[in-house]
Amino acid sequence: MQNLWIIPALPLLGFLVNGIFGRKMPKLMVSLTAVLSVVLSFAYVLFVLSSAKSLDQPAVEHYFTWIQSGAFNVGFDYQVDKLTAIMLLVVTGIGSLIHIYSTGYMAHEEGYWRFFAYLNLFMFFMLNLVLAANYLLVFVGWEGVGLCSYLLIGFYFTKKSATDAGNKAFIVNRIGDFGVALAMFLIFITFKSLDFHKVFALAPGKPVATLTAIALLLLVGAAGKSAQLPLYVWLPDAMEGPTPVSALIHAATMVTAGVYLCARSSVIFVHSPAAMDTVAMVGLATAVFAAVIGLAQNDIKKVFAYSTVSQLGYMFLGVGVGAFSAGVWHLVTHAFFKALLFLGAGSVIHACHGEQDMRQMGGLRKYAPVTFATLGCASLAIAGFPFTSGFYSKDAILVAAHAHAPWMFWVAVFTAGMTAFYVWRAYFMTFFGKYRGHGHPHESPVSMTGPLVILAALSLAGGFLFNVPEILGKMFQVEAEGAEAATLTYISVAFGLAGIGLAYFLYVVNSALPDKIASSLGGLYTLVYNKFFVDELYDVTVVQPTVNGSRTLLWRGIEHYVIDGVVRGVGANALNIGGVLKHLQSGNIRSYATWVVIGGAVLLILMGVGGFAFAGGVR
Amino acid sequence: MNLNLLIAIPALGFLAALFLPKSAARLLALVTTIATFVLSLGLVASYDMAKAGLQFASDVVWIPNPEIHWHVAVDGLSLWLIVLSAFLGPVAVLTSWKAIADRAPQFYAFLLLLEAGLIGVFVAQDLFVYYLFWEIVLVPICLIIGMWGGERRVYASTKFFLYTNAGSVLMLAAIIFLYNKVGSFDYVTVLSALQTGRVHLTGYEETLLFLGFFAAMAIKVPIFPFHTWLPDAYAEAPAGGSVLLAAVMGKMGTYGLVRFCLPMFPNAVRENAGWIVVLAIIGIIYGALVAMVQPNFKRLIAYSSVSHLGFVVLGIFSCTRIGLDGAVYQMVAHGVTTGALFVLASFLFERRASHNISDFGGICKIAPWFTTIFLIASLASIGLPLLNNFVGEFLILQGAAQANFTWAVFASIGVILSACYMLWMVQRVFLGETNDGLAGRFPDLNMREWACLVPLAVLMVWMGVYTQTFLPAIGASNSQILEKMNVPLRVSNPVSGGSVHAR
Repeated sequence: MQNLWIIPALPLLGFLVNGIFGRKMPKLMVSLTAVLSVVLSFAYVLFVLSSAKSLDQPAVEHYFTWIQSGAFNVGFDYQVDKLTAIMLLVVTGIGSLIHIYSTGYMAHEEGYWRFFAYLNLFMFFMLNLVLAANYLLVFVGWEGVGLCSYLLIGFYFTKKSATDAGNKAFIVNRIGDFGVALAMFLIFITFKSLDFHKVFALAPGKPVATLTAIALLLLVGAAGKSAQLPLYVWLPDAMEGPTPVSALIHAATMVTAGVYLCARSSVIFVHSPAAMDTVAMVGLATAVFAAVIGLAQNDIKKVFAYSTVSQLGYMFLGVGVGAFSAGVWHLVTHAFFKALLFLGAGSVIHACHGEQDMRQMGGLRKYAPVTFATLGCASLAIAGFPFTSGFYSKDAILVAAHAHAPWMFWVAVFTAGMTAFYVWRAYFMTFFGKYRGHGHPHESPVSMTGPLVILAALSLAGGFLFNVPEILGKMFQVEAEGAEAATLTYISVAFGLAGIGLAYFLYVVNSALPDKIASSLGGLYTLVYNKFFVDELYDVTVVQPTVNGSRTLLWRGIEHYVIDGVVRGVGANALNIGGVLKHLQSGNIRSYATWVVIGGAVLLILMGVGGFAFAGGVR
Repeated sequence: MNLNLLIAIPALGFLAALFLPKSAARLLALVTTIATFVLSLGLVASYDMAKAGLQFASDVVWIPNPEIHWHVAVDGLSLWLIVLSAFLGPVAVLTSWKAIADRAPQFYAFLLLLEAGLIGVFVAQDLFVYYLFWEIVLVPICLIIGMWGGERRVYASTKFFLYTNAGSVLMLAAIIFLYNKVGSFDYVTVLSALQTGRVHLTGYEETLLFLGFFAAMAIKVPIFPFHTWLPDAYAEAPAGGSVLLAAVMGKMGTYGLVRFCLPMFPNAVRENAGWIVVLAIIGIIYGALVAMVQPNFKRLIAYSSVSHLGFVVLGIFSCTRIGLDGAVYQMVAHGVTTGALFVLASFLFERRASHNISDFGGICKIAPWFTTIFLIASLASIGLPLLNNFVGEFLILQGAAQANFTWAVFASIGVILSACYMLWMVQRVFLGETNDGLAGRFPDLNMREWACLVPLAVLMVWMGVYTQTFLPAIGASNSQILEKMNVPLRVSNPVSGGSVHAR
């Protein structure tokens, strides 16, 4: 026993303390409780991993039976293997940094304690998700992080746009969860268990059609949680939440849960080529689609949000082409550089007094040098600049995609060029040129820049420090082996550099040109600028018909006139309800009531007397 | 442990309360309900969770001719429903504490009679006694709605009374038919007569008898499309009345289905399960969609009950162990959650004298604890894991998926929709800018309200995390019921030629 339960229990304790007493506690105590609970959890993770003998065969720790009914038996069981170990390090490590950063970022916010309570609760559920040893317990974390996401997106609860975004996130995720739930039903029917070790041991012998169905249903869930087509729509809106939340939940950890689920279920996926192809296609399509939208956004957080959607698409591409460890590798490096991008964006927004529109920024490199430097590291990493973290993981995915289907490589590498372009476009618009905003921009405090510096180091060096494929080794049975193709690497680097170069040309050298290009593109630009009108499309085709149909057709129509109409008709005619009503309303209700009550009472007494009189007589 | 005490204490309280002044009656009601609850905990403590059959039976001949037994007993199916009824007694009294000022002694008397009747329904093992309690329950609740309810109270009360009675009459006919066949009202006797083949029912008879029972249950639950009394009754019922009505009374129907229909008419149940499940699933989705567009939050919660009870019916007629366990678990879980939501609804009403969603908004800012508790109850209702409803709903859907995967697919849509209507309501009532009408008149929870809500919230978490307290007893009883269902009937009967279709 390694007492793995301590890992999520610490943040849970933090949540309870801050959630119940936080309102009355001084800010320093709130911060200490929240930060320490996560840092200690991180320390305990390090302890567990260093003292573990082997992570190849996870030992399941059983705490108690959760739900047991007939053959259905699910326990509160945790386990650690290499995949979980990586996730634990990312979640608690990045989580610690973001908690520290938040003490600075949220210092002047109302509801400081509430923010940290939610953040701790999120850590609890996320750790539960990655430690779980069966699908149902994963689902606990899965829905739980969705709850925290809802609470934190709607943190500024007086703002309607924020609470709308929270609802949207929860409901769209529920659609994904629908898939996960159905997958679990099918898993239990097929395997008579939801425990990982039993399911994975039996999976190879099961019919491909069943495994495909399970895999595709899991993919529905993964697409919801990890914001893939067609369920990505909640993530850009989720930027209504405070920026540290965007970094922790909507970039580094929660949104990667879908990738984790697919990697965790790799045994099921690899037996279904159809499902694997679907995963790869969904991932690739999302990567392209979101990158295109990212080209034309002016809100700095929105740019990074669409970039997250796009990068998650890469991870799914990796998983789908069979390069599970490359997908997980990109998950890790992305956690470094995307958390940094968001925290850096937070620092920028902080510097500009809450402004998020990049057209109101510019020239910040003089005012916020640390942010400028660290964000540069993240931007290099996401562009795949040689030997940064993103370079390694993205390259691994691209090589595997090429081995699977060369056209996928070309689409993906072109998307990588677009990614480099729009991220560096944001970078140049923010830090170069002249300051276009109001007030005096300023650098952020050390509590914020400290985590930035650590994350910058990780963004640069994280790729070779954490060689995930090497760590994972033979964990995934079938691992796509891309030939060591230096040419492919050169091509992807070239696309990345070209993207940076183009951005430099358009936004630093010749900054009048972008507007001209935009206006010459006309309708196409409008389409991209408005995110292909997908939200509007969903609103018209799904939301409005459901709400209006329920209101007019179901409630006012069928319910009132048909179903209840029949009841009232029967009542009024056959039973002459009107007469009874008249009688009841004539003021006699009390005497009527009294008689009924007295009658009931007499009956009860009789029954009681009768019952006791014969008690013991007849058994 | 004498089960008769559980009925006798609130029944005596009922009689006493009628003759007391207002504050004394209120206090008496509180003491009586607490005493009953403590007694029900004693029942739990001495109940043998591992045993499947009836426990604490007390069976005496009450009326010699026709032979009617005063037969009460408890098993895993009824145990938690009894505790739920007893637990919600004090909650209902405390909820009504301030809200009921007019004719209070009568109100609390009826509340106690209602509790006695509910417990009686769950312990009765004689069909006649069962029917008696079934009807007794109706009297106080209809009076509570009709005398202390909202604006349309008389309409709602009359509709409720007549509608449910129309179904009850059919059940009564079925009971009398069974008595003529078997010669006894005693349920254990009737059941063994049917199962040993001593008394034989033709397929036609079995179907008709099943439909007789089913009609009463379907209206009581209610199952779509027999539900239109529910929004009126739930919405018009006053404070504590709506709590017991929504939390426990609906379970009379689902309990009856499991207790009587499944063991007595297994063939009819299996033959008719298909269309009943379809109705249940329509109810799940329809109830959720109609709930979504309600402008009145009490009606919203009422329609959400139609949806949630559809799950219970689905679990029962999946005829699987997992589905049945889930259904019974969900009966209790839904009682706790909906009970809490109705308690909160009446606390909202106490502060604003309105049930319209548009009269609220931004409560989070002025009453954060109120909001927190409401959010927890809403999340339980949505079926968030680690809270009570999740366990029941998941088992129900898993059982349904085993019986027919398509059922689970459609029913799961209800889980998505529940998030839509609850969160949308939470947003409009609790989030946003504070409604002008609330300023200065919306205090956060007081001690009495905390006392009502904390036990409910604790139970939500407990039932969601540590199900082992509750599930073993439920499972033991259900496995016995399913065993009874699997006994092949009508095989060894020489008289009825054509209609033999043993399964």
